[in-house]
Amino acid sequence: MQIYLPIAEVSVNAFLLLGLGGMVGVLSGMFGVGGGFLMTPLLFFIGIPPAVAVATEANQIVASSFSGVLAHLRRKTVDLKMGTVLLIGGLIGAALGVAVFNYLKSLGQVDLLVKLCYVVFLGVIGSLMFVESLNAIRKTRSGAAPKRKKHNWIHGLPFKMRFRTSGLYISVIPPVIVGILVGILAAIMGVGGGFIMVPAMIYLLGMPTKVVVGTSLFQIIFVTGFTTLLHATTNYTVDMVLAVLLLIGGVVGAQIGTVIGAKLKAEQLRILLALMVLAVCGKLALDLLIQPSELFSIGTAGGH
Amino acid sequence: MRWLLLILACLALPLRAEEVVLGLSQDQVSISTNFDGSEIIIYGAIKRETPIPQDAPIQVVVTIAGPQAPITVRRKDRVLGIWVNTDAMDVSAAPSFYAIATSAPWSEVLNEADDLRHNVSIPRRIRSIGAWSQVANPQEFIDALVRIRMENGLYVLAEGAVDLRESTLFNTAIQMPANLTEGEYETRVFLTRGGKVVSKYETSIEVSKVGLERWLFNLSRQQPLIYGLLSLTIAIAAGWGASAAFRLMRSG
Repeated sequence: MQIYLPIAEVSVNAFLLLGLGGMVGVLSGMFGVGGGFLMTPLLFFIGIPPAVAVATEANQIVASSFSGVLAHLRRKTVDLKMGTVLLIGGLIGAALGVAVFNYLKSLGQVDLLVKLCYVVFLGVIGSLMFVESLNAIRKTRSGAAPKRKKHNWIHGLPFKMRFRTSGLYISVIPPVIVGILVGILAAIMGVGGGFIMVPAMIYLLGMPTKVVVGTSLFQIIFVTGFTTLLHATTNYTVDMVLAVLLLIGGVVGAQIGTVIGAKLKAEQLRILLALMVLAVCGKLALDLLIQPSELFSIGTAGGH
Repeated sequence: MRWLLLILACLALPLRAEEVVLGLSQDQVSISTNFDGSEIIIYGAIKRETPIPQDAPIQVVVTIAGPQAPITVRRKDRVLGIWVNTDAMDVSAAPSFYAIATSAPWSEVLNEADDLRHNVSIPRRIRSIGAWSQVANPQEFIDALVRIRMENGLYVLAEGAVDLRESTLFNTAIQMPANLTEGEYETRVFLTRGGKVVSKYETSIEVSKVGLERWLFNLSRQQPLIYGLLSLTIAIAAGWGASAAFRLMRSG
């Protein structure tokens, strides 16, 4: 069944969108990630204009994170105080990101920026995760307990604050900076940034793993919500029909994914996720490196 | 006397000796949620007050043009090992959609002078004023624009697609793709003889979004803040609904 998307102004198969939403939903349920980093490139591949894909994906992430955070709130695994500090940084970052996005759109380089961001971040995160989970598997085999660094340079910074749920007493500067960076990425890449936020919280801020996912989801709702509004009011690129179709698929898929995820070991899951991230990264990198069959592209008029 | 009549007939010929009587299968295309393209059937007859002139066979050219809009054509080049948009050229006006159907090969239906006068062929519809100051080779960019849009089915040149019977009745079908933009689609029918336009008929087909599509599009442009908030509300409601449904399924 073809469906006409009013903002993207293209006609796509509704079942394809439901299927994509479902597939990414399964993965996000399995791995506990938002899935935006997979969905946005997939939307590029099926011919949704990149600007619409990025803005609409931000809207979809609001839904999936909201659904996720409710579950974490019930289990009391959300550090609201830390979430708010991250959020302040996130909102500043999102505003900066949308400004950068609009500037590059006028230069005609927005596709390049979005793709480069994807290649760089997916490549780095994917490789780190792959190496880290390989080491974890080796350690569990040899039986050594994993160690975590308790004190580093971050504890020497001023403006300290006590975060009770996380059991931390640290400066607010690192969380604000992490928030800003993730906010910029959310606006430019149309992702929640969970795949960057989660490692940053564990390794940089030293937060306990059990509160990390909930807290990250909590602040992602607001950052992506804010990003959606900014894109809707400055670029008019949020496609509600597209968002709803992806949502329906995503919500059902996440349910199935959670069941599958519960049956696999954490290290195995992380390796699978790492491989998937690297595969998406590789595909995008090839597109940039190999000479495209069509060198020309048509865009709406605007400066250049 | 006979000579005088002949001269008069010759003078009258380029005026309204042959006229088009046109019919359209639809003069309105509605883009609804399940829109996936539309086929417009254009049919008609050639009305004559005089016998059919025998000098050259009559030919029919039908064109449908979408709204003109300025666009930018960009070219990628290799910079530091990756392919990046480098050159760009602004095209001051190009139709979003343009289809031509003819009753014979292009070279037989229209000469260059009349093409220039009536802007019939695809390159004639693309206006690129000041392009020379932007890029070294504008023709390459215009060719690329035509090529890309032809591949997407947005520009069509269907030679011989008009079925002409007894030099009087004609009909053709023009396929409009799913990714149409809104606006007035100028529809023209030319009658030509020996490459010269002898008669011209113009009408228009209106393409517009309807229903939900119309409403959402208008809202997103006129009340972007409300549209954005509405998208967020739907997203949050869906997220909450999903969470509630999961709990019910687990407990039930």
